Amino acid sequence: MSVNKEKYKKLADKRAVKSPIVKNCVKAFLTGGFICLVGQLLSTLYTSLGIDADTVKMLIPVTLIFVTALLTGFGLFDKIAKHAGAGTLVPITGFANAVIAPAIDNKAEGLVLGLGAKIFIIAGPVILYGTFASALYGAVLWIVSLFG
Amino acid sequence: MIKFKNPPSILGYASVGGKEEYEGPLGAGLDFHDSENRFSEKTWEKSEASMQRIALNLAISGCKGEKPELKYIFAGDLINQCTSSSYGLVDFEVPYIGLFGACSTCAEGLALASLFVDSGYADCTAAVTSSHFCSAERQFRFPLEYGGQRPPTAQRTVTAAGAFLLSDRPGKIRVHDVCFGITNDGGITDANNMGAAMAPAAVDTLMRYFDETSTAPDDYDRIFTGDLGFEGWSLVKELSKEQGRAFGENYDDCGLLVYNRELRDMHAGGSGCGCSAMTLAAYILPKMEKGELKNVLFVGTGALMSPTSVQQGESIPGVAHLVHLVADDRR
Amino acid sequence: MEYFWAFVVGGALCVVAQILIDKTRMTPARILVSYVVAGVVLTALGLYKPIVELAGCGATVPLTGFGYSLANGVSDAVNEYGLIGALSGGLTATASGIAAAMIFAFLAALVFKSRPK
Repeated sequence: MSVNKEKYKKLADKRAVKSPIVKNCVKAFLTGGFICLVGQLLSTLYTSLGIDADTVKMLIPVTLIFVTALLTGFGLFDKIAKHAGAGTLVPITGFANAVIAPAIDNKAEGLVLGLGAKIFIIAGPVILYGTFASALYGAVLWIVSLFG
Repeated sequence: MIKFKNPPSILGYASVGGKEEYEGPLGAGLDFHDSENRFSEKTWEKSEASMQRIALNLAISGCKGEKPELKYIFAGDLINQCTSSSYGLVDFEVPYIGLFGACSTCAEGLALASLFVDSGYADCTAAVTSSHFCSAERQFRFPLEYGGQRPPTAQRTVTAAGAFLLSDRPGKIRVHDVCFGITNDGGITDANNMGAAMAPAAVDTLMRYFDETSTAPDDYDRIFTGDLGFEGWSLVKELSKEQGRAFGENYDDCGLLVYNRELRDMHAGGSGCGCSAMTLAAYILPKMEKGELKNVLFVGTGALMSPTSVQQGESIPGVAHLVHLVADDRR
Repeated sequence: MEYFWAFVVGGALCVVAQILIDKTRMTPARILVSYVVAGVVLTALGLYKPIVELAGCGATVPLTGFGYSLANGVSDAVNEYGLIGALSGGLTATASGIAAAMIFAFLAALVFKSRPK
């Protein structure tokens, strides 16, 4: 039996159970919004402790990353994330989890090529393309400054 | 199709599973389970190897009458170079034939092990296979602690192993004939919809089998596909209708039987080598033993992709091997 | 009011990603990469700063905020050191976040072990 690939793919796509997109979006909005709200509350808290603005800016992501490390380690992060979807992925928590999860998971393959290498499996591309884009922006700024 | 002259009997069988499998609808049929899913090992890969060892030991010790002397082992799994099988079965000191048929390995192994007995080259052979949620997740998807959402078409890899002993001794359940599958590429590239990738292969094997044997779906008590899940199962129903041989109520899929899909995050159902192996050992064979099923088609289905082929955007070919099981009261 | 906007803008950025995931089956890794690059581009175009001023952490905590930090870091460094700043500015500005992720990951791996789910 030979199947027409085009036709079959259409059939399979049509048949496929769809993601509950509205429900997913509501959950993503609420969790994502909540995490950002926590960030804002941390900002108020740290500022009220008399910490200067630049340090506060660094402390917020560091705190959220630390909390993500704990939640990931206790196996709670993935339980939240399967409901939250993009709600935990898009905030810095998603980046942190993408570094921490492979660290825990690949320990068995050794500290260097297991843990050490695999922590960058998702974070690596993020840092690469982010840095590349920003360097490009920097080069443009520099060229503009020559004429400015 | 290969019809056996001396249909081998299934002398013994056993299944081993994890927590979710034990708590699932077929859990009572498991011979052994570990609610920690670790099977006293430190890495998930070794846990899976351990499941195969336990399953084969239980299958051998469960045999009635004189202990059989194993001549060949046919085994395979999903982990890289089939390490769960080779590491798990290293202590048996029996000639070992490693297989890769992805999730169709159970049926593939059964068919090959039966051929060796039928041809007279061996009086007793074993087919063993396994899959483990954690080792499969690590290899094919994400680290276990990684937080992600899975689409409803995704399937859950079953943590289970099954071992089956084929023998030339008389026995109630026999492998009557087998039909090896042709790889079939339906053009599906989504690794989260493996049921759809495998469905054309399953239909292809079944249609060829019905043609060659001049039988129809209704001639069998039950037809089981390996791990198509809800997506694949419904596509098989549709494709079989298009082929003019619609499957009726007697068609089922092991991926739908092994978990209660209403509960937890089972999405489209179970998958993995252990899915069909566990269903066969914990559900189908016991039912045949009791006489509730007499004439069964067991079709192992495999999605033949690797993490590399998926990343390269290649479509996923499927394969399906058929084993025809007959329960006979005459012995 | 800043809390309200942090919640709404942060949540909205997540909803966009959720739609992309559900509609296009984009992988999480691609979402993260796209968001960081989008953050850099929007900052370069001067569009992201007003969002940060309105929403605070609602704009800086999502990964687009990571891109915003990279772009701002580069911009400051180019002003100060010239062309070499294009290379040094981005990672300097985001060093604490990246280092925290790496170090906490390492410590977590020492303390916790992989568990089934």
